[in-house]
Amino acid sequence: MSRIDINKTYKLFIGGAFPRSESGRVYEVKGSNKKFLANPALASRKDLRDAVVAAKSSQAGWAGATAFNRGQILYRIAEIMQGRSEQFTEEISALEGVTSKAAKLQVEEAIDTWVWYSGWCDKLSSVAGSQNQVSGPFYNFTTPESLGVVAIFAESKPSLLGAVRTLAPVLAGGNSAVLIASEAYPLPAITLGEVLATSDLPAGVVNILTGKTSELYPWVGSHMEIDGVDVAGLSKKQEEELKLVGADNLKRIARFSTINHPERILSFMEQKTIWHPIGI
Amino acid sequence: MSEFDYASAPESKAIANIASNYGLFIGGKFVEPKQGKSFNTFNPATEELLSKIGYADKTDIDAAVKSARLAYTRVWSKMPAKERGKYLYRIARIMQERAREFAVVETLDNGKPIRESRDTDIPLAAAHFFYHAGWADKLEYAGFGTKPKPLGVVGQIIPWNFPLLMLAWKIAPALAAGNTVVLKPAETTPLTALLFAQVCQQAGVPEGVVNIVTGDGVTGAALVNHPDVNKIAFTGSTDVGKAIARSISATKKTATLELGGKAANLVFEDAAIDEAVEGIVNGIFFNQGHVCCAGSRLIVQENVADEILEKLKKRMSLIRVGDPMDKNTDLGAINSKEQLNKIHEISNSGDAEGANRWSPEVKLPTKGYWYPPTIFTGVSQSHRIAREEIFGPVLSVLTFRTPSEAIEKANNSMYGLSAGIWSDKGSKILWAARQLKAGVIWSNTFNKFDPASPFGGYKESGWGREGGRHGLAGYLTSEAKVSK
Amino acid sequence: MIIDGSETSLRKFLSDLPPVDQVGAEARAGMLATRSIKTTSKAWAIDMAISMVDLTTLEGADTPSKVKSLCAKAVRPDPTDLTVPSVGAICVYNDMVKIARTELDAIGGESIPVAAVATAFPSGRASLAVKKLDTQDAIDAGANEIDMVIDRGAFLSGKLYQVFEEIKVIKQICGDKAHLKVILETGELVTYDNVRKASYLAMLAGADFIKTSTGKVAPAATAPVVLVMLEAVRDYFTLTGKKIGVKPAGGIRTTKDAIKQLVLVKETAGEQWLTPDLFRIGASALLNDLLMQRMKLRTGHYASANYVTVD
Repeated sequence: MSRIDINKTYKLFIGGAFPRSESGRVYEVKGSNKKFLANPALASRKDLRDAVVAAKSSQAGWAGATAFNRGQILYRIAEIMQGRSEQFTEEISALEGVTSKAAKLQVEEAIDTWVWYSGWCDKLSSVAGSQNQVSGPFYNFTTPESLGVVAIFAESKPSLLGAVRTLAPVLAGGNSAVLIASEAYPLPAITLGEVLATSDLPAGVVNILTGKTSELYPWVGSHMEIDGVDVAGLSKKQEEELKLVGADNLKRIARFSTINHPERILSFMEQKTIWHPIGI
Repeated sequence: MSEFDYASAPESKAIANIASNYGLFIGGKFVEPKQGKSFNTFNPATEELLSKIGYADKTDIDAAVKSARLAYTRVWSKMPAKERGKYLYRIARIMQERAREFAVVETLDNGKPIRESRDTDIPLAAAHFFYHAGWADKLEYAGFGTKPKPLGVVGQIIPWNFPLLMLAWKIAPALAAGNTVVLKPAETTPLTALLFAQVCQQAGVPEGVVNIVTGDGVTGAALVNHPDVNKIAFTGSTDVGKAIARSISATKKTATLELGGKAANLVFEDAAIDEAVEGIVNGIFFNQGHVCCAGSRLIVQENVADEILEKLKKRMSLIRVGDPMDKNTDLGAINSKEQLNKIHEISNSGDAEGANRWSPEVKLPTKGYWYPPTIFTGVSQSHRIAREEIFGPVLSVLTFRTPSEAIEKANNSMYGLSAGIWSDKGSKILWAARQLKAGVIWSNTFNKFDPASPFGGYKESGWGREGGRHGLAGYLTSEAKVSK
Repeated sequence: MIIDGSETSLRKFLSDLPPVDQVGAEARAGMLATRSIKTTSKAWAIDMAISMVDLTTLEGADTPSKVKSLCAKAVRPDPTDLTVPSVGAICVYNDMVKIARTELDAIGGESIPVAAVATAFPSGRASLAVKKLDTQDAIDAGANEIDMVIDRGAFLSGKLYQVFEEIKVIKQICGDKAHLKVILETGELVTYDNVRKASYLAMLAGADFIKTSTGKVAPAATAPVVLVMLEAVRDYFTLTGKKIGVKPAGGIRTTKDAIKQLVLVKETAGEQWLTPDLFRIGASALLNDLLMQRMKLRTGHYASANYVTVD
């Protein structure tokens, strides 16, 4: 008799730990072949609340780390993903029903995306900041700073790349994140959490929830401690509703095309302008 | 020893050629509102009627947007950027030529001291056009991609505190980036915008590129909700800003919002005390405190608090309150009865909640709307006067013991527009500047503005920046963002 | 006493003074320069400025007859209009003191003080012995006020106590015979921090007046320098209850300049300083411009230089 595989229990990733949902709920995820794959946690609004608490408390430390240091950690994530690329490939192909080759390409692109954003960390203020020539005896400069806590609704497909290309820019800007994995294709996001847990990223900087988007997005929209939202994984209708409630604390809400672009980082940053007189 | 009271030195009103009534500026011409409705604008210092102003309703807004769209598609978007820039240069020059007239009209309509409209508002407004004129044909170097594109028709709504300057902040970058505009000035201060319409005529700005529609909040809402407007740029209260955000939530429109503030002005023990006192005064009493970035929370280190307060009170006793047209007036009239009531209401809560009020002895004019320069000491973080934007000459004083306590108190606000730092120690200033959650940090200065310097807030103080290279982003399409 | 007279206490006091921010101080002075002084206020200010003028001649070419005609001008600045007040003082070199005093006494100017520039004016580069003699000589000749210069070299090289002691010694010689004005020569001190420090140092050492400049070094009495000095006397009064005077000198040539100085006084030290006892303006050409502006106000048309005396 052949050996029975040890299946992974897919849990949430909150504050550096892998808890089950406080609600005790799970939902079934099937592969493209309609066969059972896993019972990931069905996160509740309380799980969201916990994730935001973790994100909030870790954010200042993450933003306060040197840009070089943040870049190193994002690069470290790429390194560790590389080592796990087979696992990701299998997961994607089972889930999305794409060929191994296509899945492998997706994993490689995801890894390269980390590397690309890693390099941005210590170049942002050079490219997106400025020294402004005001007419008076003042030194005046503008520099981008982190926004705070950003919630991300990851795209459904590509499941891994969709999560990475939304998450990496948010982290590069010094924000902490609550990533809500694609409802239908959540597994690579959770495996990504395992990568993050072992890559020197401070606990709480990234928190990953799985569950029903439709259940979670109204709570994300109204949560006053969330400063920005990437709505990649929301429908137009959901986006509109989230914007409507998000206006209560003027959340920065954005949707991007699929390209990697510094604007993805800067959309979740604030520009700070500092004046100082020049004199003796 | 004798009294050296400055005799009245009034600026002449003769230069202000205010018409008895104004229409709407649509398609390069002044036209009557379709419903023929109008409203009055008054001098808040005397309550005298200045002019009758056309009231734009939905149909007028529609006409203005149509005219802006036509100008955009037929003329403005086709014009070489270099030529577009020349119109802005022309506007800047004409504003400089007519600066004195603008200053007088601004002071009459707004109530701000003539010294401020003459030395700050008008020169800065002209400078804003001059600065942005130069951007028109250099946008591809601004860092927003090699082929930056305008958004189209922009709806702009501005407040009454810096009527012409806010107009400049809105119109100059919009036009430089290649958009056409429909601008609604504030209900109580429409006159300089209408004067600006005449400047556009003198400058030969193509018809419809700039449209000025006067009215109230309903007019503004009609502009926000017009389906053919691509973007809304708004400066005003946080409440209205949020309402705009909701209104456009189901549309493709983008928005920049410059909203309220409750700026902390931090004074450390090693500050240049006399200049800090000047900065505190300038921070809260400039423009009667009708400034979204006003330094309305003084947070001073405990061991210098007494000295600072003593000097501040002496200095406040020198503030000359009264006739805004007098060249020596420092503090003018409150812009409207409504605003005066609001200042009274929130300030009175300071008394009720146990803070200590102090004002120098001042004789306020009997006509018009006035509020004396006021400070509250013994203020707690929980007091309304420490949390809500008063938008008047009222300062709340709090103290701190350690630098981290200062930052904690400063950041304890839903707003994040500006902040001040007073210290002679460079490393401490940079430390504090980094900690403060605010879009504009004035260190060892306050309330400085420049067209080259981006302005805008964190948190509920708004979206986006105005001015500088960064301000252009709000008027150009994005390479990476998808607007629905 | 705010210091005990020791070098340690002086150093501590001076180093604890708050710094001056150059841009902020200049902005404040610049704002005050926009004050518009018209009609009755202008008339009042012109007369006050005239009464504050230390009418000065400090030239190698000074002669007794030049000094005498200056005395005549000091007593009756406008011989055709006796409502014009006399000036604040006559300011001359040592050897002219006796001539000035005698002349003033002879022509009805008994109440006008004679100020002598002493202590190796303008450079201050002489031994203390010479400076003492210089001062004593002026007082013996009848000087009512001594305008001494500080040793800027000593100040700039950090020998603050030496400067302090020197002022104290000169003050002792002045005793109750002469008021002591201490010239900081702010143009050589360069920074406003130094101006503030030197102002306090002079006041602590016993100065009755602090004065900006010798008139031989530019920049001299700029508005921000005077602002910083006025802040110093204002705060010194809060600390000690003693009122020290301020004398800008050098570069104040027009009525407009003088009125700007009075605005600075009013809005910094306060109206109580608007008296010749506490504010003087060291000048020579200024007086005639004040007289012409006075004529203009009185007659309503612009005056000609032909109607004011050239001395």
